[in-house]
Amino acid sequence: MAAQRAGWPTWFRAVWVHAYTYSKVWKGSVTTTFLFPLLYLAAMGVGLGTLVDRHAHHVGGVAYVDFLAPGLLAGTIFQVAVNESTYPVMARIKWMRTYWAMLATPLDIDDVLIGHLGWSALRGGMVSGAFLLVMEGFGVIHSWWALAVLPLAMAASVAFAAPTTAYAATTTSENGFALLYRFGVMPLFLFSATFFPLGQLPVWLRAVAQCTPLLHAVNLLRDCTLGIFPATQALVDVVYLAVFAAVGIAFARRAFRKRMVL
Amino acid sequence: MIVAEGLRKAFGSFAAVDGVDFRIGKGESFGFLGPNGAGKTSTMRMIACMSPYSGGSLRVLGMDPMTQGPAIRGRLGLVPQEDTLDEELTVLDNLYIYGRYFDLPKKLIRERAERLLEFAQLTDRRNDKVGPLSGGMKRRLTIARSLISEPDILILDEPTTGLDPQARHLLWDRLYRLKSQGVTLVITTHYMDEAEQLCDRLVVMDKGRIVAHGSPRALIAEHSTREVVELRFAVDQQQANVASVEDLAERVEVLPDRILLYVHDGDATIGEVHRRGLLPESALVRRSTLEDVFLHLTGRTLVD
Repeated sequence: MAAQRAGWPTWFRAVWVHAYTYSKVWKGSVTTTFLFPLLYLAAMGVGLGTLVDRHAHHVGGVAYVDFLAPGLLAGTIFQVAVNESTYPVMARIKWMRTYWAMLATPLDIDDVLIGHLGWSALRGGMVSGAFLLVMEGFGVIHSWWALAVLPLAMAASVAFAAPTTAYAATTTSENGFALLYRFGVMPLFLFSATFFPLGQLPVWLRAVAQCTPLLHAVNLLRDCTLGIFPATQALVDVVYLAVFAAVGIAFARRAFRKRMVL
Repeated sequence: MIVAEGLRKAFGSFAAVDGVDFRIGKGESFGFLGPNGAGKTSTMRMIACMSPYSGGSLRVLGMDPMTQGPAIRGRLGLVPQEDTLDEELTVLDNLYIYGRYFDLPKKLIRERAERLLEFAQLTDRRNDKVGPLSGGMKRRLTIARSLISEPDILILDEPTTGLDPQARHLLWDRLYRLKSQGVTLVITTHYMDEAEQLCDRLVVMDKGRIVAHGSPRALIAEHSTREVVELRFAVDQQQANVASVEDLAERVEVLPDRILLYVHDGDATIGEVHRRGLLPESALVRRSTLEDVFLHLTGRTLVD
C-alpha cells in the first residue's frame, strides 16, 4: 500500500462515492422517506389501532400504534437494505459495471464491498432517523433508548445487505430477485412480529420466525422505543444479528472475489 | 516500464495466456494484436493488476502486481473494453468521482477535468447525464477519465471496437497526441489498421501465445510480400481456379470468397492472369497489411 497520498483511506473513498452519487439524486427519495412512515402510522397505527385497542385492550401491553411503529421502522430498514443490494449491485457489476471502474484504481475488491456495506449502514441510519422524527410526532417514543435505534439500525442494515449482496453478486440473471421479494422479503415483512405479536402465529411458524433475521431487529428496535428490555431476549437478538451479519459478509466477500477478481 | 517473462494465466485447466514474454519501454506505443479469445484481454488485466497471474513473472513500473497492486494502479490509466461509466451521473461528475478514487484534491480534479473535456471534445456536454451519450462520446469520456490521474502508462483494451469510422479516427488522433506527449500506450486490438496506425511495436497473439513480434512494417516485410492480388471468382469456384494461378505467386491463400496471391508486382500478375484466359469477377492489387501477416502465421483471418 505504498505510494498512496496521505489523504483518505481507499475504503473511505468507496463509501464516499455512494454518498456523493446519492447527493445527486436524493430529492426523489426524501419524500418517500418521510411520507411512508407518516401514512402508515396514520392509517394503520391510529386508524386501525383505535379499533384494535378497543377490542383487544392493547397489544403486547401497549397501545397498538406504540407496538406497530418500531415494527414498521425495522421492516422499512430491512426493505431499504435489501432494495439497495439487489438491482443496484447487479447494475454496478453487470450493467453499468462501475465496480470494475473502481477496481482499475488504487481501490481493491474489499474496498468496493466496504463501500457498499458502509453506505448501506449510512442509509439505514438516515432512514431510521427520519422515521424516528415522524414517530416522535405521533408520540410513540417512550424512552431515551430510542437514540440507540440509530446504531442498531445501521448494524441491522449491514446484516440485511450483506447476504443480499452476496446473492446479487453470485446470480447472473435478475429473474431471481422477483422470487426473493415474493418468497423472502414480503413474508418476512409481514410475519416478523411487525404487525402483530409473535404469539398470534401457530407454534411451528413461531419457530420458523425465530430463525429469520428481521424478527430480531424488530424485537430490538421495539425494546428501544418502548424502553423495555427483556434481557435474555435482547441478548439473543444481538447475537443472532451479529452472527447473521458476519456470515453474510463472509459470503459477500467470497462472491465479490469470485465474480470480479478473475 | 513493463516486463513479462513466461507469463501465464490459467482458468482451471484452460490456459488463456500460455507463457508470453515481452518488454515495453518508456514512451513506447505497444500493441497486442490477435483474434477474439487470443488472450489479449487477460494479458491487459494482469498488467492492470486486476487479475492475479498464474505463472511466470510480471513487473510493472518495477513492482510486482501480486503484492503492490494498489501502488501500481495508482500510476496506470485503464480504458476497458466495455464502458464502466456511471450513467446516472453527469460527464463532469464521472471525471470527478474517478479523480477522487485516486485521492486527488478537488481543485486539481476540476482543473484537469476542464482540459480533459476539451481534449475529448465533450466540453458542451459536461453537465449532461452519461446514459444517453453516443458510443463514441462514452469512449472518449472513458479515455479522458483514465487520464485524470496523469498516468505513466495508459492501457487501452480494444478502444475503438464498435465505433463508426469517424469516431475511430477522432480517437486515433487523440491517442496519437498522447503518444507525442510521451505517455506509454499499451493497446489491444483486432483491427490491423488500428495497430498499424498506433503501434511502434506489436506482438501477434494466437491461442494464448505470441506468434510474432516487431514493428508493423518489419512484420509485413518478414512475413508477407510487398503486394497482394485479390482474385474473386464466381461463387464456389475459388478452389477450382487455384491450380491455374498458384505458380504466379510466392504464396497463395484461399478464402471462401477469394484467392490471395502474394507477389512483388501486382499489376504484372493480373496481366498474366488475363493472358491465361482466366476471367475472375474482380481483381485488385493492394499493399500487404498485418492481416496478411496474421493469415500467414495462423491460417485464419483476424475478425470472424
